[in-house]
Amino acid sequence: MIRFQNVTKRFGEFTAIHDLSLDIFEKEFFALLGPSGCGKTTMMRMLGGFETPTEGRIELAGQDIGPVPPNKRAVNMMFQSYALFPHLSIWDNIAFGLRRDKLPKDQIAARVEEMLKLTRLEKFARRKPHQISGGQRQRVALARSLAKAPKLLLLDEPLGALDKKLRQDTQFELMDIQETTGTTFVIVTHDQEEAMTVASRVAVMDEGRLMQVATPARIYETPDSVYVADFIGDVNIIQGTAKPIGDDRFHVSWNEGQPPLTATSAKPFSDGQTCHLAIRPEKVTITTDKPDTADNAVQGKVHDIAYLGNLSTYHVALPCGTMIKAQTANTRRLSRRQITWEDPVWLSWTATAGVLLAE
Amino acid sequence: MRLSWFNVVSLTLGFAFLYIPMIILVIFSFNESKLVTVWAGFSTKWYAELMQNEAFLNAAWVTVKVAVFSSTLATVLGTMAAYVLIRGGRFMGRTLFSGMIYAPLVMPEVITGLSLLLLFIGIGLDRGVLTVVLAHTTFSMCYVSVVVSSRLATFDRSLEEAALDLGCTAIEAFRLVTLPIIAPAVISGWLLAFTLSLDDLVIASFTTGPSATTLPIKIFSAVRLGVSPEINALSTLMIAIVTIGVITASLVSKRNLARQRKDEQLAVRAS
Repeated sequence: MIRFQNVTKRFGEFTAIHDLSLDIFEKEFFALLGPSGCGKTTMMRMLGGFETPTEGRIELAGQDIGPVPPNKRAVNMMFQSYALFPHLSIWDNIAFGLRRDKLPKDQIAARVEEMLKLTRLEKFARRKPHQISGGQRQRVALARSLAKAPKLLLLDEPLGALDKKLRQDTQFELMDIQETTGTTFVIVTHDQEEAMTVASRVAVMDEGRLMQVATPARIYETPDSVYVADFIGDVNIIQGTAKPIGDDRFHVSWNEGQPPLTATSAKPFSDGQTCHLAIRPEKVTITTDKPDTADNAVQGKVHDIAYLGNLSTYHVALPCGTMIKAQTANTRRLSRRQITWEDPVWLSWTATAGVLLAE
Repeated sequence: MRLSWFNVVSLTLGFAFLYIPMIILVIFSFNESKLVTVWAGFSTKWYAELMQNEAFLNAAWVTVKVAVFSSTLATVLGTMAAYVLIRGGRFMGRTLFSGMIYAPLVMPEVITGLSLLLLFIGIGLDRGVLTVVLAHTTFSMCYVSVVVSSRLATFDRSLEEAALDLGCTAIEAFRLVTLPIIAPAVISGWLLAFTLSLDDLVIASFTTGPSATTLPIKIFSAVRLGVSPEINALSTLMIAIVTIGVITASLVSKRNLARQRKDEQLAVRAS
């Protein structure tokens, strides 16, 4: 439905977007994820019509929307600051866009009531924006941008101003509303947990380029670069050289005097090629005795333990100085902690646990 | 907290400096005697006489007319200038323009008055109410522009973008969103221009003609023939009007603030 074709955007000397092509499909919940300054907000502002691409074209439903001004686009935006009109009541804020379309009065009223119901704001219709709480303001902003039934809704860091608990609740509300209305949502966020929760597909961006576009699960389990692996969640990166041993299996020599690690990879690596083995901490098993049947096992000393309630993360220092993180779920309430600081431990993982990356 | 003797003295000195002249003026406006410096008992007869004085009443009417027209015109022009300077982005010569708009603030009034006089003579415009209105608009516009642009600078740009996004044209966005929100700044800009025009003597005397004598000019020329208690009475009335205006404005803004604070507490509790 939306197609970026070789879009480049420059602000003076600074290039915000580098020759970027991307398709976003109908009824999708799409997330643009990246650190601040990576160009994700610029992408969104180009969709909204507040910036025009320097090169390339953006199509919405097959039509080039480059020359279309924001007030003529079937696109609405929910702003990071919510941008509620302080001099209008909640009701009038939601009705604002409908009034611009010169709809008949009773139709506007019906639509506003529908939006108030959808966002559970009926009680607050007569209040002014400064008379309601942050979470309610967020819902007003959502109701206002959805009132005109846009083909595409843009959300710029919509939950950034909310506290953690409220943010989690609101994430699920957003997903429900997206499903009920069937609108295509594009969300911009720097919070990877938020992107993973709400989106059906995630685009990871860095310095104006797309690093990877895939479902949250694929982004997490099979990142295709060290950058993506490192940006999403926690990861151990071990650098080494690859040696094919057949059946998509490789030996990674990573430290002299240590036996090579075994990993599988669908992508080919040549003999002696530099590679990075990325393993998520929860896929590393920590034991006090040497495991008998692990593909990979290394010995180290517990350096630090972080107790998070549901999980515990162990930082284990290997003799060569490398630090490896291992995570275990605390499934029992009363268990004597077997492993403590300075204990010698074994870390082990299977050949399929990690991802082998070139860069 | 008790004030120390030092604080009491400095407070007294400061306020004495500010208000003793005005208090003396007010007291002598109720003087029975025609001699300004000799107290002869309480009377309001000078106020009654003032109301009979055609010349003063005419001058007052001219002054109000000039102030209303020039401050309205200055508010429209000043707001437009401020909007372009803040919102227009970095167009060619923006810095030069913004410097030039504020320059009249520090320009000596005599020079502004003289140059306007030369202009009006040059284009053959008869001096009267119109020329004074134009002259006052010229010098009070920059004050409006300063007030409005400081409000616009803190104005959240995304409010205008939201209006565009919801289907407004640029002009509708200004009328429906920007203007209502900056209205307090526009109103105080108008009030400032109004007061400036009310008490201007220098520029008005350069640009006025025999048909349009403003109150400050009238007072100034009357005083040259000697201070009369009538003028004291007139000045007292002006002080009263300004005082009432200032107190009302501050009460209104104080009440708004209190109400907003209460609303916000309500919102916090409701959530």
